[in-house]
Amino acid sequence: MGPRRYIPVLALAALVAAVERAVALGGAGYYLTQLIMAAYYCLVAAGLCLLMGHAGQISLGHAGFFALGGYTSAALTTHNLLAHAAEPWARFLASCGLLAEWQNVYGVKVLSVAPWAAFAAAVALAAAVAFAIGVPIIRLRGHYLAMATLGFGVIIYRIAAGTDALGRSDGIAEVPPFALGAGLAVGGAAALRVFNYYVAWGLVVLGALVIVNLTGSRVGRALASIHGNEAAANALGVDTARCKVQAFVASAVFAAVAGSFLTHYNGSIGPSEASVMKSVRYVAIVAAGGMANLWGVLLTGAALNFLSLRGVFDTYDDAVFGAILIAVMLFAPRGLLGMPQLRALRGFVGRRLHAGRAA
Amino acid sequence: MPGALLETHALSRRFGGLQAVQDASIAVAADSITALIGPNGAGKSTLFNLIAGSLAPDSGRVVFGGRDITGAAPHAVAALGIGRTFQTTRLFAHMTVLENVMVGRHVRSKAGCIAGMLNLPSTWREERRIREHAAATLADLELGGHMHAVAGTLPFGVQRLVEFARALAAEPRLLLLDEPAAGLNLHETAALGRLIERIRSQGITVLVVEHDMSLVMDISERVIVLDQGRVLTAGTPLEVQKNPDVVRIYLGDDHA
Repeated sequence: MGPRRYIPVLALAALVAAVERAVALGGAGYYLTQLIMAAYYCLVAAGLCLLMGHAGQISLGHAGFFALGGYTSAALTTHNLLAHAAEPWARFLASCGLLAEWQNVYGVKVLSVAPWAAFAAAVALAAAVAFAIGVPIIRLRGHYLAMATLGFGVIIYRIAAGTDALGRSDGIAEVPPFALGAGLAVGGAAALRVFNYYVAWGLVVLGALVIVNLTGSRVGRALASIHGNEAAANALGVDTARCKVQAFVASAVFAAVAGSFLTHYNGSIGPSEASVMKSVRYVAIVAAGGMANLWGVLLTGAALNFLSLRGVFDTYDDAVFGAILIAVMLFAPRGLLGMPQLRALRGFVGRRLHAGRAA
Repeated sequence: MPGALLETHALSRRFGGLQAVQDASIAVAADSITALIGPNGAGKSTLFNLIAGSLAPDSGRVVFGGRDITGAAPHAVAALGIGRTFQTTRLFAHMTVLENVMVGRHVRSKAGCIAGMLNLPSTWREERRIREHAAATLADLELGGHMHAVAGTLPFGVQRLVEFARALAAEPRLLLLDEPAAGLNLHETAALGRLIERIRSQGITVLVVEHDMSLVMDISERVIVLDQGRVLTAGTPLEVQKNPDVVRIYLGDDHA
């Protein structure tokens, strides 16, 4: 696997640009909003693809990591420290650039943790939590790992929905945009929609690049070997527990980055983002995309999330994702793109192309 | 035993009511081919697993290269220079032959998770060295032609050789072979014997569990006989063959 493995990454980047152009030419700029949100959910799915498809470990708690990222950013950037502005610690933090002053929609002046610092804290917290729970639970296999991660997801959901400081069932609103300088920001302003589209999908392309790099590396090979035969991998010197925890932490970081950015984009986050159904949805997307097939996962993730966010599934949203999971397990355990019919079609097209070249 | 690369001291391991290994003390001389034989259920595989770290002993010690490795995890044991193959071939079936052997280089390389994600220049240079070494190992075992085949699709005998290549890629000091001739035909077994001798000539000490007596007597300098979890006797192939106890456990009391 030489430089050729980067071709799909370039193709993804080209597709991202092509979709934006097509939407602009079609005068359907309003689609971008759902495409942006879908991108962040795709980022979670990409991380889960690394964990499930490559390391062979399941997580039914990834909405928990997404929420951990989102809620940390939201709580830190909305907690008003103005009353403490004169105190030495606040002045020290401000002098380090860790605090930011801004006005919320009601014109109230707010002094809070700067979005980039909150983002760093969100990612660090998610990584630390993933490490802390990953070390004991990653030894579990199959159903047991699924149940342990499910338990984690439920805990995060109950904390989000039951803590006053996190807004209970209302969640946290008035989250400021994530200013990136030069007037650009991750936020919901209509004027910045195209920019936000490229930020969101740029992160997905970057995430894909990181996963392509990792899976083609020594650690990626070790993960694949664990998936193949854990005892043999162990006997060859692969520290299986360590590798699996690394994959778990990495996938949690993907989810937390997505959670933090989407929260700034939406300007709010609610406990539904932490719900178990969200975790199931991510698993359904990875399964439908073909587990280790990153490109399949990203395509299915983009399509399904876009349709869901456009309201196509109506009130049956969760039911649709549940049904997809059941259907994939029954009829296409290798993912939609791996279905025998589609494979046959691809083989046919491939042979035609080959014959065309030979002629 | 002076000059021993591997020694076990009074190793014991019980599974419920079964004493699988009891007070087993063995020594494997450096640069030797040592065979571990015994009837089914004698505790050979358990002893192997105790040495390789897949099982922890109830009591006793394992000393490798003068270092106490009792209770060390399998990956740590591998990193210290003990390689192994399994009774039933355990290749990474979905990976190519080359990738399988590249995993064998794991202990001889060091790029971590972050370096892998960033694919730093040092990372891809190391990756290239891993690939070249793995390819050379395969070529050495005349497996170069199968390099890009998916491991699980290969014939059984070839898979066995790929497992050898994978273990050798780590350049172990000691290689544990668990019934390498099982399922091989006469011709393949003879080739295997020559391969094991060639491995030893490269400075790799070999400890082999084997049922094929002609292979054992042919290649090994020293034979250790296990029976019911205990070391019955140890010596040269000739000494062991003449030992009445060994004849008894293999052929029954009538022949002793």
